[in-house]
Amino acid sequence: MNGNYFVNLLIIAISSSLVSNVVLSQFLGLCPFLGVSKKVKTASGMGAAVIFVITLSSLVAGLIYKFILTPLHITYLKTIVFILIIAALVQFVELFLKKFVKPLYEALGVYLPLITTNCAVLGVAINNVNLGYDILTGVVNGFATAAGFALSIIILAGIREKMEYNDIPKPFRGMPIVLVTAGLMAIAFCGFTGLI
Amino acid sequence: MKSAFERLYNGIIKENPTFVLMLGMCPTLAVTTSAFNGLGMGLSTMVVLALSNLLISALRKVIPDKVRIPAYIVIVASLVTVVGLLMEAYLPGMYASLGIYIDLIVVNCIILGRAESFASKNKMWPSLFDGIGMGLGFTLALTLIGMVREFFGSASIFGLTGPKVYGTTVPILLVELVNKVFNPASSSGVVRGLNEFFAGEFGSFSPIGILVMAPGAFFVLAILTAIQNAIKAAGEAKGKDMSKIQSGCSSDCLHCAESGCAKRLVEPEKVTKKADDETTKVVESKETENNGKGEE
Repeated sequence: MNGNYFVNLLIIAISSSLVSNVVLSQFLGLCPFLGVSKKVKTASGMGAAVIFVITLSSLVAGLIYKFILTPLHITYLKTIVFILIIAALVQFVELFLKKFVKPLYEALGVYLPLITTNCAVLGVAINNVNLGYDILTGVVNGFATAAGFALSIIILAGIREKMEYNDIPKPFRGMPIVLVTAGLMAIAFCGFTGLI
Repeated sequence: MKSAFERLYNGIIKENPTFVLMLGMCPTLAVTTSAFNGLGMGLSTMVVLALSNLLISALRKVIPDKVRIPAYIVIVASLVTVVGLLMEAYLPGMYASLGIYIDLIVVNCIILGRAESFASKNKMWPSLFDGIGMGLGFTLALTLIGMVREFFGSASIFGLTGPKVYGTTVPILLVELVNKVFNPASSSGVVRGLNEFFAGEFGSFSPIGILVMAPGAFFVLAILTAIQNAIKAAGEAKGKDMSKIQSGCSSDCLHCAESGCAKRLVEPEKVTKKADDETTKVVESKETENNGKGEE
């Protein structure tokens, strides 16, 4: 652990939250991004839930990969193991919050079941392993990726709230205009490319 | 045999997973930067889909209803692992360019969607052909989108590229067309003229690079959904039943919970109802706030 390690962590964090944003440049988690972005309030709830679950799941997936799959030489089973871990983890987190942290459950509860099928969660877990990150780096990467997701979904929700009063050509109403907006946001996020 | 063809037709045209049902949009957007990538992704999804449909249909009486979704996921994830390992061994180049999206076939809406809505209720052969049909429909759609993006974005088709693809391919196609319509000998002047015209007109075009980058994917999908909307509106005006055409996760994710993605792991009614309650609560509280302000 030296200074370089932390510089590296910072670079990974910036890179996965802004430069290669999970939705706008990797297209992971598109469903909730388009679906739950009608209001800023629900979008921020979704964002918070995603940050919570992805950070936790990258920790758990990292631990299981390092201490169970690698010693047993069954790393090729990672896809099967990770998807089951994530599905179980989300259920467990939901039960835990419901029982012990009531206010948090009330804030995030609705979104938790929807997250299991968010491909960003599985994507981050697999990415961490493929890129050979250690556990701390993996958790930082997971948190940053999720923060990038939260950032973009909240921005999109803000734009959509404004857009409700606009006069849009008929075939473009609904989803198409949201996709155009997302495309413009993706162009804006391309501006971060020079950052690293 | 008739039912097999019917399943294939259904998957490729009538219920095309991309153009009609709008399922599995993540890989569609991510890998269609070139026609070849689209084809590879489509074919690997097709293999997984056909085999998972076959296996799930064979095991449909064995799998208890309550744990069916986790059981499906294990089957699909195993098949994805097999396909991924085979691809890594025999097509390493394609594996590298598709990368993480091969693993993410597991969470593709189409696969668990078909398992839930078709394979778990039907016999093995129709399920197999349903998988192949849906897979072919997906492959076709990905390849088409990939071709369009590649042609306009990097001026090539299936990786075949010339220095001035617009300046040469377009006129060559036109020349052949003209030659077929007119007598080749007498039309040579016309041909030469056309050729020069297009070389001048299109030769100076540079490819629209943004189409193969991330934003381009959103724009392409936006145009696709707009066309879909227009067709749906036109069909409804004529009084046809257009309920088949849906925009996947589009209208909102609560709808997505019913149609595809989230249905897979949770009870859809529960989620939708909960989320509905939540939104109405938010709306109500806002309304009361507004009323309060008005009275002041």
